[in-house]
Amino acid sequence: MLEIKNLHASVNGKEILKGINLVINDGEVHAVMGTNGAGKSTLSNVIVGNPAYEVTEGEIIFNGKNILDMKPEERAQEGIFLSFQQPVEIPGVSMTNFMRAALNAKRKHQGLEPLPAGEFLKLMREKRKIVELDSKLANRSVNEGFSGGEKKRNEIFQMAMLEPTFSILDETDSGLDVDALRIVAEGFNKLRTPQTSAMVITTTSDCWTT
Amino acid sequence: MSAEQQYIELYQETKGMLCRHSAQPLNALREQAFEDFKQLGFPTRKVERYKYTDVAEAFAPNYGLNLNRIAIPVNPYEVFKCDVPNLSTSLYFVVNDQFYDKALPSAQLPEGVIVGSLKDAADTHPELVKKYYGTLARTSKDAINALNTMLCQDGLFVYVPKNVIVERPIQIVNVLRSDVDLMVNRRVLIVLEQGASVKMLFCDHAIDDRNFLTTQVIETYVGENAHLELYELEETHVKNTRFSNMYADQQTYSTAVLDNITLHNGMTRNRTDLTLSGEYAETTLNGLVIADKEQQVDNNTLIDHKAAHCQSNQLYKYVLDDKARCAFAGRVLVREGAQQTTSQETNANLLGSKEARIYTQPMLEIYADDVKCSHGSTVGQLGEQAMFYMRQRGIPYDEARMLLKFAFAADVLQTIKLDALHDRLNYLVDKRFRGELSKCEGCKMCK
Repeated sequence: MLEIKNLHASVNGKEILKGINLVINDGEVHAVMGTNGAGKSTLSNVIVGNPAYEVTEGEIIFNGKNILDMKPEERAQEGIFLSFQQPVEIPGVSMTNFMRAALNAKRKHQGLEPLPAGEFLKLMREKRKIVELDSKLANRSVNEGFSGGEKKRNEIFQMAMLEPTFSILDETDSGLDVDALRIVAEGFNKLRTPQTSAMVITTTSDCWTT
Repeated sequence: MSAEQQYIELYQETKGMLCRHSAQPLNALREQAFEDFKQLGFPTRKVERYKYTDVAEAFAPNYGLNLNRIAIPVNPYEVFKCDVPNLSTSLYFVVNDQFYDKALPSAQLPEGVIVGSLKDAADTHPELVKKYYGTLARTSKDAINALNTMLCQDGLFVYVPKNVIVERPIQIVNVLRSDVDLMVNRRVLIVLEQGASVKMLFCDHAIDDRNFLTTQVIETYVGENAHLELYELEETHVKNTRFSNMYADQQTYSTAVLDNITLHNGMTRNRTDLTLSGEYAETTLNGLVIADKEQQVDNNTLIDHKAAHCQSNQLYKYVLDDKARCAFAGRVLVREGAQQTTSQETNANLLGSKEARIYTQPMLEIYADDVKCSHGSTVGQLGEQAMFYMRQRGIPYDEARMLLKFAFAADVLQTIKLDALHDRLNYLVDKRFRGELSKCEGCKMCK
């Protein structure tokens, strides 16, 4: 599924990744552990194409395609998803409009028609239940005023909506209490299939055993 | 020839014709307006309130005028189906400066309410028009007022008698229609007597691909305990130049909600002067500007707190792109004795390109010692983090930008109290940001 070869990347001229090699096959979940500042988040940002990071050498092959020349949205439409360590608040953009734009962009990429409004809302309702987010979600602005736990659950909710084939969970476990952690972990497990893979970035070793 | 000279000559040559095709209360102020205009000339950029707009340049071209009142062959009800779905309004048209009185809607206005031609009202209700006409828009202070008063022949008159509540919103569509380049001098007089209440929607459109120059003066009297909502929407094209001066005077316990939205235009200058004359009056003044290409919008406001215990809220937002050049200057004046004033003024601007310019100048002047006032302004660009977050979810770059711009504009739209209008504007703003023609269905052109 994903193959990273001799990847070098830098931020503001400072080299952070110095030759990473990694192969993730279908159905595998890899854990990436390391001390703070080791470059875990840099790796995830480079995979999803954050323009703030510069790749100086190496390549990333995703399902046979070199994705380094692709825009972030193209990589997302190909099926790569990042659960952000710090989800961004977007005041004024409702979750409904946000998810509709994202889902329909993906469908367009797959050559499908936009999902009719009724079906879309039904899908929102179904997926919301996976992470136990309440019904007010639809009208709220993206992550605005969400608690730390809600933001992380919202990331998994978006993952459920978009059904990526490869997900990166960047410290999705951090800052969660035991209940929220259970919800997020169970949600994530429900979404796993033999065809999907994931990379889990964490600083603690015991969180994903639940 | 200086820009002023052609208007001076025009007046001298056509004085008789101007008066013949207008009404006495309007003609009565013409000569003084002419003297004032000669005296003032067009304001240069050294005049504080015209700092950001080159007035003489805008008035320099030679436009035609329809002083002879030749009927314009158009049935706006047919060419123009600018309706707001789910909003039942009493719909009227003003073609250029002429109230369209053929095929009037069978609207049932409450008894005593007048919506019609200013010229006709000046003939049928001269005492009413005389009492108010020209008393707020002083010709000695502002050249646009002087020019408009000197040349205007007609326009709109709205009158709501004491304690009458007009339930159904009144929609006025100002249509600019001409086969040659045209100058239009439109005059509007709105009077709400004590306890009256009305909601109004003014939409400005230009349906011909011609250069239009409009001067408009709106005088609004909001009587004691009267309630006014007035939404002004400009949706014209790039060949359109608009100078609009709006004056409103509010009496005790009155409320006013004034929204001014520039969706699409060429060059626009809006002056809005609100006076809170009576105690406990409340005013909300909001604006939204969406401009790109080389569009210009200059909003210049004054909220004059003359009486105690009044409240004013002002929110203007601009979303600019390409080479748009816009300005906001808002002065809040709290006079001596206007104690317990609460006033808030906010201007926020989003610039989408390096060439877009905003000149912003919030001003607060306080001569009372027991007030709560704030003023502020921000200029910024779209958040990179939010952009990346959206793109990571697969939303294309342009779509993500559009969603963020829309979100920025949304809180001005939220102040619109008519739900159906709010929905319609959401739709139009969305279309505007998508770069689709920001026109109503049925309108022949808007580029």
